[in-house]
Amino acid sequence: MLSYLLRRILATLPVMAIVALFVFSLLYIAPGDPAAVIAGDQASPADVERIRQALGLDRPFLVQFGSWVWRILHGDLGTSIFTNLPVGSLIAQRIEPTLSLMVITLVLTLLIAVPLGVVAAWKAGTWLDRTIMAFAVFGFSLPVFVVGYVLAYVFALHLEWLPVQGYTPLAEGFWPWLVNLILPAVALGCVYIALIARITRAAMLEVLQQDYIRTARAKGLGQNSILFIHALKNAAVPIVTVIGIGIALLIGGAVVTESVFAIPGLGRLTIDAILRRDYPVIQGIVLLFSFLYVLVNLMVDVTYTLVDPRIRY
Amino acid sequence: MLVSRRSLLRAAAAAPALALPGVLRAQSQTTLRFVPVIDLAFVDPIYATAQVTRNHGFMVYDTLYGMNSALEVSPQMLSGHVVSNDQRQWDLTLRDGLFWHDGERVLARDCVASIRRWAARDGFGAELIAATDELSAPDDRTIRFRLKRPFPLLPQALGKAAVHAPFMMPERLASQDPFKPITEVVGSGPFRFVANERAQGVQNVYARFERYQPRQEGKPDWTAGPKIVHYDRVVWTTMPDAGTAAAALQTGEQDWQETAPHDLLPVLNAAGDITTRVLDPRGYTCMLRVNHLQPPFDNPAVRRALLGAINQADFMTAVAGSNPAYQFSPIGFFAPGTSMASDVGLNVFRGPRDMAKVNADLKAAGYNGEKVVLLVPTNSAAQKPLGNVAADMLRKAGMNVEFTALDFAVVLQRQQKKDPIDQGGWNAAVGNWQGIDWLNPAANTNLRGEANAAGWYTSEKMGALRSRWLAAPTLAEQQQVCREVQALAFEEIPYFPIGQYKQPTAYRKNITGILDGTAVFWNVRPA
Repeated sequence: MLSYLLRRILATLPVMAIVALFVFSLLYIAPGDPAAVIAGDQASPADVERIRQALGLDRPFLVQFGSWVWRILHGDLGTSIFTNLPVGSLIAQRIEPTLSLMVITLVLTLLIAVPLGVVAAWKAGTWLDRTIMAFAVFGFSLPVFVVGYVLAYVFALHLEWLPVQGYTPLAEGFWPWLVNLILPAVALGCVYIALIARITRAAMLEVLQQDYIRTARAKGLGQNSILFIHALKNAAVPIVTVIGIGIALLIGGAVVTESVFAIPGLGRLTIDAILRRDYPVIQGIVLLFSFLYVLVNLMVDVTYTLVDPRIRY
Repeated sequence: MLVSRRSLLRAAAAAPALALPGVLRAQSQTTLRFVPVIDLAFVDPIYATAQVTRNHGFMVYDTLYGMNSALEVSPQMLSGHVVSNDQRQWDLTLRDGLFWHDGERVLARDCVASIRRWAARDGFGAELIAATDELSAPDDRTIRFRLKRPFPLLPQALGKAAVHAPFMMPERLASQDPFKPITEVVGSGPFRFVANERAQGVQNVYARFERYQPRQEGKPDWTAGPKIVHYDRVVWTTMPDAGTAAAALQTGEQDWQETAPHDLLPVLNAAGDITTRVLDPRGYTCMLRVNHLQPPFDNPAVRRALLGAINQADFMTAVAGSNPAYQFSPIGFFAPGTSMASDVGLNVFRGPRDMAKVNADLKAAGYNGEKVVLLVPTNSAAQKPLGNVAADMLRKAGMNVEFTALDFAVVLQRQQKKDPIDQGGWNAAVGNWQGIDWLNPAANTNLRGEANAAGWYTSEKMGALRSRWLAAPTLAEQQQVCREVQALAFEEIPYFPIGQYKQPTAYRKNITGILDGTAVFWNVRPA
């Protein structure tokens, strides 16, 4: 297992290199020029060119790419064109809110979606199953920003239970931290809950038809024991797979959620950087997200061995 | 039923503003919480052209002259000035008690370096330096201009409140390349920038500068008069969504939103504890920019023929809604209501539009159905609707329009291209400027006729008129020149003025003292 982990971690290096080259090339050929953004609407071409030169954007592609890769190899993600701050610092400033949002959403999702899916499968074909699946379709169909604004209207403006925007760092207390994240996590989690609940139901339905479940029932095991120990564990592989894939959904959804609730996370940093063509920041964030995604996939693969002893690496 | 994002926002903002969760009220009594229109990307107001950076500049830096809400200038960092009899030497004297935020005294040589750096980026400043033989600091408190020719508008240039305002910086910073951003923020203004609390894209914090000495005389009026600070701290929080910011204003999580969306005004006004107000009656002046290098708009006759198609009210209604309090038309080439504005040529915008006649006039002028590439930034709240109306208007006039939807960064880049449209060029684009950008022929970069700004308008006559305006010694003579400028502009059409809209601000009634002009933070205090 250890050698497998080591191999997988080493395998991330070429993946990251390809991502780096792809992102850099894409940004290089994409329209938009940070110098024109900086110079503004009233600038002359000479002004724009002077700014391009000052930023080093007039250098050939290979020189720029080589210089960027060289810095990355030295642990330096570069400097923001706009703020002149190190990209690493910018990401460090913003990573806590995004990770907090994702973790709370993930916890909320697992606590709600898996039991819902199990119950729906157990009561398949009944009104309970249909209600849960209707909710799943509804949750899957609503855009995050719509859910976000409705939640803000009801719980922040109308009931005044929760704040409408902002983020409080965990270091300033658990409750202030949590209270700012409840609405965003629910908004972001809706799609995710719907997805996992549906997958859980489908996987459980298949498992519940198996002989060993009938045997378990014949042995006189309780319903909870059958559902959550015997059936769920055997249904876990596709569920874990979808949870892993869903991390990408969370990353995409976080961008919108952070804008709706004014959370100062990586999603907003990404949007700002893209709109301004702040290339080093975009490159840094994409590298980080791709690394996170590779890591999540690795964790998913490792989790398979825990839920299904037949899987060995 | 179709539920749009905006209608949801409106519904969200419609809830009554009542008490807040206790956790949100932990802010200090002496902290003012403000939501700027966009993020403060750059902290160097000479390098950057964004209005938010100019507002940041007025927090941290000071100017030699200030401008009041009637657009009159008066000494601010100066105790006064002396002009020689031949009008070719100005000695500006710094007032006592001026300090930089790093504790050093403000010296005349700091100001000389600052003026030079500013003039390298600003049109009005460039005119001043072009008219200057020698700019020097004969002693610590005197800034001396020895001029090649009289420059009666020197205080107006140095008191400019629009982008780029001539902010004073320490010499060690001001001597740096104006095309590279300064990242250290040291000014002599009424607030210090708290750099270690800055979270880029999220928050900027300013603290009262204890050693700042406001002027003793006059009354606070925009950037003129005594700048008396009543809050210990001002926290700017960037919010990407104006609807969320409006909701935060209602719940009391924020005190002041720089720009309140027009479609949320009824909701904010109904909230009871929020005031909405237009701070700057010059508002935003809008334009349809055309490329003078490429057909069909390289033909002045085509440009003139298109004048008859423009209904400025349509453009302004698309941006600001139908409430006449927030829009004004017709406008010319100077911000309406300001001293250089006039009615010259405006009749062309009055009365019903006759598109059949415009169509015929365009053909007569030589328009042969060439494609017109219209650049529209889809992520600009104002320019997107302006672009939509422009496309409709051009089509109704019989033009072959290619609506090119891009994001703002790409529009800015593409506008710089001078090539034909089949090589990635462009023909038309919309723009919105602060009215104070259109105060005079030196400040309005689109009117200069030097082919420097996108559109590449060239005019020797306009350059000559601008020189006359700069030399005009009296207001009446300046106004006469500006009437001639506007008449020439309606003949040459550097761009099409398409109206003025006014942008309200919104703030909670527990604060008072917000001055007219742009968002400045002195004089603001708890009600």
